[in-house]
Amino acid sequence: MEPQTTENTEVASRKADVLAPRIEWEYVPSRESTDIVEIADRYDLFIGGEFRKPKSGKYFPTVDPATEETLAEVAEAGPDDVDAAVAAARAAFEDGWGRMPGSERAKYIFRIARMIQERSRELAVLETLDGGKPIKESRDVDLPQVAANFFYYAGWADKLEYAFPGFRPEPLGVAGQVIPWNFPLLMLAWKVAPALATGNTVVLKPAETTPLTALVFAEITAEAGLPPGVFNVVTGAGETGAAVVGHPDVDKVAFTGSTEVGKLIQSQVAGTRKRLTLELGGKAAHVIFDDAPIDQAIEGVVNGIFFNQGHVCCAGSRLFVQENIHDLFVDKLKARLATLRVGDPLDKNTDVGAINSRQQLEKIRQLVEAGVEEGAEIYQPQCELPDRGYWFVPTLFTGVSQSHRIAQEEIFGPVLSIMSFRTPAEAVEKANNTPYGLSAGVWTSKGSRILWMADRMKAGVVWANTYNKFDPASPFGGYKESGFGREGGRHGLLNYVKHAGGRP
Amino acid sequence: MTLTPTRQAILPDRLTNSTLTSFLRSVPSVDEVAVAERVASLSTRSIKRESKAHALRMAISMMDLTTLEGMDTPGKVIQMSSKAVRPDPTDPSIPSVAAVCVYPAMVPYARQAVEGTGVKVASVATYFPSGQVDIGLKVEETRQVVEAGADEIDMVINRGAFLSGDYFRVFDEIVRVKEACGDAHLKVILETGELQTLDNVRRASVLAMAAGADFIKTSTGKVSPAATLPATLVMLEAIRDFWAATGVKVGMKPAGGIRTAKDAIRYLVVLNETLGEEWMSPDWFRIGASSLLNDVLMQIRWLETGRYQSADYFTKD
Repeated sequence: MEPQTTENTEVASRKADVLAPRIEWEYVPSRESTDIVEIADRYDLFIGGEFRKPKSGKYFPTVDPATEETLAEVAEAGPDDVDAAVAAARAAFEDGWGRMPGSERAKYIFRIARMIQERSRELAVLETLDGGKPIKESRDVDLPQVAANFFYYAGWADKLEYAFPGFRPEPLGVAGQVIPWNFPLLMLAWKVAPALATGNTVVLKPAETTPLTALVFAEITAEAGLPPGVFNVVTGAGETGAAVVGHPDVDKVAFTGSTEVGKLIQSQVAGTRKRLTLELGGKAAHVIFDDAPIDQAIEGVVNGIFFNQGHVCCAGSRLFVQENIHDLFVDKLKARLATLRVGDPLDKNTDVGAINSRQQLEKIRQLVEAGVEEGAEIYQPQCELPDRGYWFVPTLFTGVSQSHRIAQEEIFGPVLSIMSFRTPAEAVEKANNTPYGLSAGVWTSKGSRILWMADRMKAGVVWANTYNKFDPASPFGGYKESGFGREGGRHGLLNYVKHAGGRP
Repeated sequence: MTLTPTRQAILPDRLTNSTLTSFLRSVPSVDEVAVAERVASLSTRSIKRESKAHALRMAISMMDLTTLEGMDTPGKVIQMSSKAVRPDPTDPSIPSVAAVCVYPAMVPYARQAVEGTGVKVASVATYFPSGQVDIGLKVEETRQVVEAGADEIDMVINRGAFLSGDYFRVFDEIVRVKEACGDAHLKVILETGELQTLDNVRRASVLAMAAGADFIKTSTGKVSPAATLPATLVMLEAIRDFWAATGVKVGMKPAGGIRTAKDAIRYLVVLNETLGEEWMSPDWFRIGASSLLNDVLMQIRWLETGRYQSADYFTKD
């Protein structure tokens, strides 16, 4: 059969259409109201069930990274304050939290979970104000996950004896927890929910750039009637964190943050009785085979690296594309980048918000400059950024080699390094060629190849034909320098229990 | 990439069912879960105030106001056509819809009712909705409908042939109906509710575009589900890739089941963020609907007055 449509009729039949005006359609800003949030001028430390002025007498500002305006002043806990917090936690543990029947502890945790749901809009807005993440993410991802983690671990509290056959679990005591600024309340939930469910008490040190939601959470625990001292918050920077980690009466240290700090902590607790879990950096490989569902893989890659401005320890920051589709894939990715909406995190239509802090912005800039200097080709879409605040345009690097810094170091920003591979074995070799091993992604239509890859990639999580999927029931954690210990699921309980009367 | 303005650029040189089959296997696969996630994410776009007002008027101007019932009469079609031309008699600033869409027997009445107004007449053809007849009859019906004054033909693909793997037959039928259309624009209905998998939707989209479709359309409205956001997204992505490969722009028409202004805006968001403003025009995007119009008018009135008004204030034609 001969094709019937010729080039000429095609052009002729289109002529009238070309003259038709295109319709331009902009989304006007749709800003989430901040009326629901009341931010105090000043926040004190939460110790023993009440807010206490810091013995240090010092306060530091926390700013909205989208406007650079100070939101509030927050107490800086010194060694005496940390001492008081650990003492309160110890007393609460001894006074009964540790021996309370699981079914009783569960009531408090369920109550906290429900109160988080009730106040989720307020908490989402506050998370966005203090941290710069888009409201659609804090509203649709962070807060639902936070509540889900408390519900999930509340359910375990009275079933611990059945969690590990042949193992009689007992709480460790006082847990010192230091959490990062990328998912402030969610990282709190990951650590606090299992600790409380297993009968431990907590001293939490939130990140200095994002302390506010942890302080509102402290209010919630008080309203929920959680016995004083079971949960304590000491705000401050690295020194406060070091005081928590180094406190002699802390039984358990849990840290999420950079590998650099994680190494310091590990050496600090070496030779002590303290148990340790570390969830550290990552440089995840996202591997795209030529039989992948291409358009969905593009979305997966975008989600993998631009979710939360790339401030994600499991961000898919290294993209490996099979060489025979490399150019096509990169073209599509560039086109997709142009549709990302960067700007006001409170606008419900914003896809990429503000960089969390000036310091982080500087670090991203330095690494991107290094990428350009080392000869990788940079691509950034046209993007209008607000005048004030910390912003970074979503960025792609092509022509990247394994030896480039941008292929090796964690950037923790919206920057993707793209490389190619030829065979599955080469993809695995390159994907594993990093000191990190937190997560990885594979896109292919072939089920057997997914399993083959998952077997070989040294990463705590391997996502297949999706990315950034979390569930409280699913464990998460790293290989190699991405840390050890698993958070989430039944595995997450293990970090906070010991075998009654002996070694686990 | 140089753009060659010819549809066959992507096809194998020698067209047989075997070469077409291998070609369609090379069409990228579709992950249904990820598509559902993408449309769910786009559905959270918050379209307010001026953007909403703009979207609602745009939706009207892109609408194919449709009646496809056994009980259709000249009276019904003439009344609907009058509504199509002037959707809100109290507000002359509301645009006309793009077209009225009717059964073949109703084309002369629709033609007369919209003559000189700029509203087009679209007719279903090829033994809509099942299309289960010989191709000769389909071609003949198409010719008659065009002669009767239809500007646009909405044909159905041969789903039976598609599902049995006879892609050549599907392709050939579209080519022959397109030929019978002459100057009339051809919309090819895939009936995605019967193709069921998104892989099928994507392949059928490519097949229809290569065969000469001016528009690809989701559904007849007679099968459930009719239009869905996932099927629409996959078709829009197929259009985007086809355009990149051949330089030929093809239009898109989701039809059936789009009943509320909110639904319509979601479709416009998916269009806007997949194909962009190049396609934001009635020349490239249509919404097939029968009951959507009054909901959109109601929303426009609400935006302008701050009040919801009773359905009695909107004409039912």
